[in-house]
Amino acid sequence: MASVSVADLGRAPARRQTLWRYWRGGLQGSEFTWAVAFVIPYIAVFFAFVIYPAGYGLWMGSDPALYAEVFSDPIYLNTVVNTAIFLAFGVNVKLFLALLLSGFFMRPGWWTKTLLLIFVLPWAVPALPTFISIHWMLNGEWGLVNNFLYIVFGIDGPSWLNSRWLALGSAIFSHVWKWTPFWTVILLAGRMSIPQEIYDAAKVDGATGLKRFLYVTFPLLANLYLVLTLLATIFLLGDFNSVYFVTGGGPANSTHLLATLGVVRDMLELGKPQLGVAAVMSALPLLIPLVIILMRKLRTAEVQL
Amino acid sequence: MTTITADTRPVAAASARPAERMRRVARRWRYLSNAGAALVSFVLLVWTIAPLYNMVMVAFETEGDVFSDHLWPSPASPESFWVVLTEGHWYLEAFWHQFGNSVFLAAMVTLLVLVIGTLTSFSVGRMRIRNGWLITNAALLTYVIPASFLAIPFYLIMNRYGLQNNPWSVIAVLVTFATPYAIFIFQEYGRSIPLELDESARIDGASPFQIYYKIYLPLMAPALVAVGTYALLLAWNEYLYQFLLLSNDRSMTVAVALGKFLNSDVAPWNYMMATAIIYAIPPIATYYMFRRRMSSGLTMGGVKG
Repeated sequence: MASVSVADLGRAPARRQTLWRYWRGGLQGSEFTWAVAFVIPYIAVFFAFVIYPAGYGLWMGSDPALYAEVFSDPIYLNTVVNTAIFLAFGVNVKLFLALLLSGFFMRPGWWTKTLLLIFVLPWAVPALPTFISIHWMLNGEWGLVNNFLYIVFGIDGPSWLNSRWLALGSAIFSHVWKWTPFWTVILLAGRMSIPQEIYDAAKVDGATGLKRFLYVTFPLLANLYLVLTLLATIFLLGDFNSVYFVTGGGPANSTHLLATLGVVRDMLELGKPQLGVAAVMSALPLLIPLVIILMRKLRTAEVQL
Repeated sequence: MTTITADTRPVAAASARPAERMRRVARRWRYLSNAGAALVSFVLLVWTIAPLYNMVMVAFETEGDVFSDHLWPSPASPESFWVVLTEGHWYLEAFWHQFGNSVFLAAMVTLLVLVIGTLTSFSVGRMRIRNGWLITNAALLTYVIPASFLAIPFYLIMNRYGLQNNPWSVIAVLVTFATPYAIFIFQEYGRSIPLELDESARIDGASPFQIYYKIYLPLMAPALVAVGTYALLLAWNEYLYQFLLLSNDRSMTVAVALGKFLNSDVAPWNYMMATAIIYAIPPIATYYMFRRRMSSGLTMGGVKG
């Protein structure tokens, strides 16, 4: 009995010390203070500008009555359909094109290199000027597209931005135009990191052309492609510029995405920010699983893009 | 002549050595693939250039010329650029002031992202602060949340503290959304710098801050350039938060002014496109100057749209 208590007495401070050492993580003396001081700015930024607004948003959107109002809004339902179409086409067309084009840009020669320099222009130019330009190009009376159709083929083109489906298609087109170069460059880097020896070995085994792509390149790129699809989906869910500038949400609020609906229509036009928060938050059931999967993927892959 | 060809052809066909035939097949295949590549290149060029061409074309039109159908203005005049540069239209009264705002914003964001990013990754990656993974995860989480989803609560918070039309509110958001990428890249890049350097400096009596400032930062220079370029472009190109938070003529940036242009009823399109081109030139120049550094950064770390 006595011996136990003595042992306990002896251990308690030791344990406290190990706990303290555990917290300090092997850093000695003032080093720990320095290490903490170095991370404080980021932690402050994170709490002030991520946790606080996110918490505020969750609190604003916590009233169930809001959702009844949101779901009974026909424009909101249209927006959900738009978002689904935008996701289905925007993400897949963009990434599939990028996958093919990254193969094209693997071709040797000065011509491909020069073309790549031009090809990345849509990404290098800020989104705003190009989307405004596309908006004007699609003008039914004075835009470049219809002028071209009229002068070259003698056809009167449709007024692109006055019908819901044409306008939505135009917005998707602009998005694909803007972002394909970016994903192409990343997939190109992915392809370049595949060692040449693997291709040599495959060639000995008789894999050329399409087989080479199907059995060598694609399996090696598959994980990257998946991560990029998830990332592109998340970024597209939060897309604002392509719809806002190309269609402006019109005609008659029929081409909104969640972000433009929440910010432009609900907050600025109707003056009901709660409604906007609720509309944006209705994407959480899709967003949260995506974020969880993506975070696991990115962490385990050690961001090997 | 004809007799000779008539003579040689059967000989060639008769010989039909496999090597010869294979070479011929290979040559034909190469022609086909070159023709295909030329076609793809052509389509890519038109696809990439069209909206940019439209931008330049409209900028070179004269005031009344915008509303006519042509593919290139007959009297092309650089007058609209001159009008923009001399602030010669009432929409453009504060153009240079707004340009200055954009520069200030981008410079501050870049500086803060570099400082906060390096401090954090030094503490987490080099000093190995206990529970540093929490910070990495917080950064990862911020990285995968679409920025536009926090726009409404952030706008309301900034209004509540009277920070609308204050550039620092926008700087805070942009730093928040650019720092996570910086932390990834710095941590990834930092792995290539041997920890023994820090160890030996510590034995020589250097304080953590000296190690950070005299050893870590100089060795990180390439990553600093990559991330700095990224942050600069992000801040210059961003629209949504600048539009929400900077609304009066003195505080707004060029991006906001362009958006306002578009929403006005009688937008002078040629001036608008000239403004857009002038606005797009600094980021394009920066991008092409640091392209190599940036794409090495992209392959090393994550990606952000």
